[in-house]
Amino acid sequence: MSARRDRTGLAALGPFLWLALFFLFPFLLVAKLSLSDTALAMPPYAPRLDWAQGLAGVQAFLAGLDLQTYARLTSDHLYVAAYLSSLKFAAVATAILLLVGYPVACAMARCSAAVRQALLMAVILPFWTSFLIRVYALIGILKPEGLLNTALAALGLGPVSLLNTDAAIYIGLVYAYLPFMVLPLYAVLERQHHDLLEAAADLGCTPFQAFWRVTFPLSLPGVAAGTLLCFIPMVGEFVIPDLLGGSGTLMLGKTIWTEFFANRDWPAASAVAIALLATLVVPIALYQRQQAKLMGTAG
Amino acid sequence: MTERSRPRLNIGAVRSTFAPWMDPAAKPLVRFENVVKRFDGETAVAGVSLDIYEGEFFALLGPSGCGKTTLMRLLAGFEDPDEGRVTLAGEDLAGKPPHRRPVNMMFQSYALFPHLSVEKNIAFGLRQQGLGKDEIESRVSEMLALVRLDGLARRKPHQLSGGQRQRVALARAIAPRPKMLLLDEPLAALDKKLREETQWELMALQQSLGMTFLIVTHDQEEAMVTADRIAVMREGRIVQIGRPAEVYEAPNSRYVADFIGDVNLFEGKVETADGQMVRLLSDEAQGGFEAVEDDVIAAGAPAWLAVRPEKIQVHLVPPPPGPNRLAGKVADIGYLGDWTTYLVELPGGRTIRAARANASRFVERPVDWDDEVWLTFAPDAGVVLTQ
Repeated sequence: MSARRDRTGLAALGPFLWLALFFLFPFLLVAKLSLSDTALAMPPYAPRLDWAQGLAGVQAFLAGLDLQTYARLTSDHLYVAAYLSSLKFAAVATAILLLVGYPVACAMARCSAAVRQALLMAVILPFWTSFLIRVYALIGILKPEGLLNTALAALGLGPVSLLNTDAAIYIGLVYAYLPFMVLPLYAVLERQHHDLLEAAADLGCTPFQAFWRVTFPLSLPGVAAGTLLCFIPMVGEFVIPDLLGGSGTLMLGKTIWTEFFANRDWPAASAVAIALLATLVVPIALYQRQQAKLMGTAG
Repeated sequence: MTERSRPRLNIGAVRSTFAPWMDPAAKPLVRFENVVKRFDGETAVAGVSLDIYEGEFFALLGPSGCGKTTLMRLLAGFEDPDEGRVTLAGEDLAGKPPHRRPVNMMFQSYALFPHLSVEKNIAFGLRQQGLGKDEIESRVSEMLALVRLDGLARRKPHQLSGGQRQRVALARAIAPRPKMLLLDEPLAALDKKLREETQWELMALQQSLGMTFLIVTHDQEEAMVTADRIAVMREGRIVQIGRPAEVYEAPNSRYVADFIGDVNLFEGKVETADGQMVRLLSDEAQGGFEAVEDDVIAAGAPAWLAVRPEKIQVHLVPPPPGPNRLAGKVADIGYLGDWTTYLVELPGGRTIRAARANASRFVERPVDWDDEVWLTFAPDAGVVLTQ
């Protein structure tokens, strides 16, 4: 028994090493960077660890670390605004995704098996194309003389200017993240027995009441999973606001990019990244707790 | 499909005080009139007419796929009939959705709401009826006491045993006080011992509530213990309706005789049938068969004699020659404790089942394997069947 357990542990060691090497180590580097100061040097930060001086070098290095950059983040309203704006974009887009994704998942779960397979395929199909190309395609649709306006003109409507607006960002976010909302919702809805809805109807529920008293409460784990799967990456989303949003769009992903590449302020970029991570740890922890609770009650 | 009433013979145990179906003035609570239901061209219910009376415990019995569940779902409102109509207390149910029908169903899967506690499950229908909080609370505790689940009110369904879940499902369906309770294979998921106990409980519960129960089952014992009347179904039709004892002792076809309990069928030709006794000629018995039968059947017509195993006597000493007498060899003996079943092989190779209650603990000379035996039965033991 214990020998078997040891071997299982050994098998898990590989992935753990991989994570340590490619996640934990870079994360520590970024954390360290966020505590450094900018410097006109190559690379552009200080202090740097001087191994040649031995222990004294390490002491000097540690003495050089401080929380100044974080203080700057809280005092500069631009960072705070970018932070809040990112949360707003992610929250609103998540709400839209729920409203759009829930009926899709519901319809998929109630289809016949053959149709269901086809619809499931259709949801996954976009992943076969590069994410970047799909976002570029959206530019083609949304630009002033793009597909959308051509179609509207043919109907005698329009034109609408969407590209480089917040609306374009929402369109892009909802489009790109829809599968991540639909799939977990579908997974919980598909598992629900039809008997339960019949029982609800038998006990006096209209279809609408049966939805709110049975279907929806039972789908909450899927709602939570879909919300987190979409919300967390959307807060830090960079490509969509960069390509579809206007120049004035404030989002953290863009801020990090600007600090890093345009301003060459690596400590600031790192501090923003760490602050973002710290905020997102809270919903992730909540999700994990809820999952653990579900595991406890399942079966 | 006609009810075979035999006033001349008193058959089995009968709750003679309760028989609204014998009263021509009685109005049925539920009436199926020539109901037909098809699924994708397959006929599930092929023209069923059926009356169920208030206070009755009625069973639909048949093998899987015979349409019994569809018939029940037509009443609950989950299906609509393609032809015919279903009325409840005189009101046509056509187009009335399930949530507006005053019947409740206990599902085979129980269909308990997994996110709700026992008390919330039971209160589900009461809340839909718009009852007040106090009323709901008192009804829920009344129901919990009725199904002996006090103390488990706050448990979730997954924290209950199978038997407890079954009782929650029952309480949830009874709580809104429906005009009629529908039970879809209610005991199928329980193990044998618990199932037997619950059968009796279910019957006692129905008597004390005075509610009309309709049970769908493939288990003849379940139907016979619980029900006042049984409808035996086959391929979307009702082939016989009657009290459990009538269906068992006076089946109207070989199908019913064979489906309910064990039966030995002997093929023969009618020699005489005078309205009191039928004599059959058969290759299987030298002396032929005779059976008490008030139907007049044309001589020469093919007929079958159905004899239940427990009505056949096994003799080690040859009885005097005559009708209803067969000789054979014991091929197998099954000792069941309360009963012993003998499989007796006839010279033609066919095996006949005979059963004897083990009324005493010891027998002087037990019937043994390979014994030469004679089988006899009384003229009123067999039923003559022409279908």
